[in-house]
Amino acid sequence: MVTFQFIPYQDIAHLTPVKRVNKLLNIVKEDRIVIMEGRLRKEEEADLIEITMEEITPKFKGIELSVIYPDKENQDTLQRLRTAFTNMLLGDRIGLTIIGPASIVKKIEKNPDKIELFTQEIQKNNLYRRKKK
Amino acid sequence: MVTAFFKNLFKKLKFNPFTQRNNFKLGLYGPPNGGKSTLANRICQDWLGEEMSTTSHIAHETREINIKEQVSIKNKKGKELTFSLVDTPGIATKIDYEDFIKRGLKKGEAKKRAKEATKGVIDAIKWLDNMDAVVVVLDGTLDPYSQVNITIMGNLQARNIPVLIAANKIDLKKSTVDVVKAAFPQYDVIGISAKYGKNVDDFYEQLFKLVK
Repeated sequence: MVTFQFIPYQDIAHLTPVKRVNKLLNIVKEDRIVIMEGRLRKEEEADLIEITMEEITPKFKGIELSVIYPDKENQDTLQRLRTAFTNMLLGDRIGLTIIGPASIVKKIEKNPDKIELFTQEIQKNNLYRRKKK
Repeated sequence: MVTAFFKNLFKKLKFNPFTQRNNFKLGLYGPPNGGKSTLANRICQDWLGEEMSTTSHIAHETREINIKEQVSIKNKKGKELTFSLVDTPGIATKIDYEDFIKRGLKKGEAKKRAKEATKGVIDAIKWLDNMDAVVVVLDGTLDPYSQVNITIMGNLQARNIPVLIAANKIDLKKSTVDVVKAAFPQYDVIGISAKYGKNVDDFYEQLFKLVK
């Protein structure tokens, strides 16, 4: 069984970058997949990788991370202005961030219309099916 | 903190009195096994006649920051460029010692390598602030849209560090430089084979453009 935990942006908006990253990582370390509203800042993404590396043990092998964000190239000027204004007032709530434990999530593939999460179980089943053929 | 503020400000103004020509740091960044150390060796071999780093088919061979100072290269016009070349460990979001066992290492060795690799990733990220320009080395045969690549590019952009992307391994049939170009249209991308020296002369010319 795979558990997903949704984190609304307001749950992390008031936290400092380190606390924000730690909150997300603590959930992932409980073998849950985080689906967060919005995205981390670029520097926070780097912090997330750094802190993940500090936490790695033979049991916790790291994370799989993916950010789904609307393509700014396809937005007109009005949409861009609206997005910038909303981000300024409410924080970067646009998009989704998915973080899963590497022991469960092997790969996250994104595509404009769908997100594919390859878990270890699925990979094992696919291998089994291939061998059976 | 004050120095960092001014350094950032001067970087934005494309003027940096803290950077003396001989102190210029050119970093090689990217995910593991993209060919950073192979490229570092190629540069050092071509211009100093010696190698700089060890390479391996097993990921995370470079687990410490390697620096080669006073690397001088010349372009076709005879102009010289001197920099310190910084070869960094590959940046990853996961490190599993069992992957190293599958590649033939013993359990103890694999655990040690994993531990050193995690430290290497942390060092590589910390060193981002010391770089004056960066060559992001990507494996041209792989999907460039990985989150690690996007995070590296985003962090370089946030720090106003000039970037050149080297789509490596063009000697392999699967390599697709155009896909890398499409993934990062705002950057200069050059296809190279660091291993066989293919297109490296154009790469050196691009370095002059990067640091001008």
